[in-house]
Amino acid sequence: MRHVSLIVALAAFWLLLSGFYKPFLLAAGLGSVLAIVWFTDRRMKVLDLEGHPTHLSIRALTYWPWLIWEVVKSGWDVTKIILNPRLPISPRLVRVPTSQKTDVGRVIYANSITLTPGTTSLELDEQGILVHALTVAGAEGLATGDMDRRAAAFEAAL
Amino acid sequence: MTVIFDIASWLFIAAGAFFTIVGALGILRMPDMYTRCHAAGILDPFGVSLILVGLMFQAGLTLVTVKLGFLIVLLMFTSPVSTHALGRAALHHGLKPLLADDKQTGDVSSKR
Repeated sequence: MRHVSLIVALAAFWLLLSGFYKPFLLAAGLGSVLAIVWFTDRRMKVLDLEGHPTHLSIRALTYWPWLIWEVVKSGWDVTKIILNPRLPISPRLVRVPTSQKTDVGRVIYANSITLTPGTTSLELDEQGILVHALTVAGAEGLATGDMDRRAAAFEAAL
Repeated sequence: MTVIFDIASWLFIAAGAFFTIVGALGILRMPDMYTRCHAAGILDPFGVSLILVGLMFQAGLTLVTVKLGFLIVLLMFTSPVSTHALGRAALHHGLKPLLADDKQTGDVSSKR
């Protein structure tokens, strides 16, 4: 099942990138796809839930638009701070607890924090994420745990 | 139709250029390495993505647009990882972040 989805994804990627549909190039693409699937599965052993999280693809359709909107909102806030002559920043370090169960879930949460302007995840371990926030508002926004809950819901979609 | 695409394209490219300039300005104005990371965080999602979306309108419904879409997705996955690696390396090397607790808010920029 995971093999099939990786083959389909890689084949689509090859076809869209190449744009040439001649027999030789199609055969080369097929060979590359099969070689990559064999290599990731048998040699690297990364073709698992973590390396190819097929279960996340549907939920991404609701999580990503929400995340993009968050990034836009906080990006506009940071833009206003930079353009403000007084540069009203109050940087601080906060430790944010994580409620995700798997490593993939925690990485999704940490990456979402970093992708949002104004907050950067500095360290990730079992206790939580050490976050550097540019403003009080950014730190408080994380403290509500909204993003944490959404990332956990995203991860739980199996 | 091409006129509408051209206008949309230039609006996106101009917005992307604006946020790129803001991000560069932020890198110059911020007081320490960690706060500069935040300013650089404006560049990737806003500056580059908006310019790429503008270029998508230039390309129209072709394979080039699909490739530009791949680029945006690639950036969205890799840029937080590199920012995290940078911040974590600085933290482990012992670089202390400049925090607001010990001084007046807004006064931070004068302390380098």
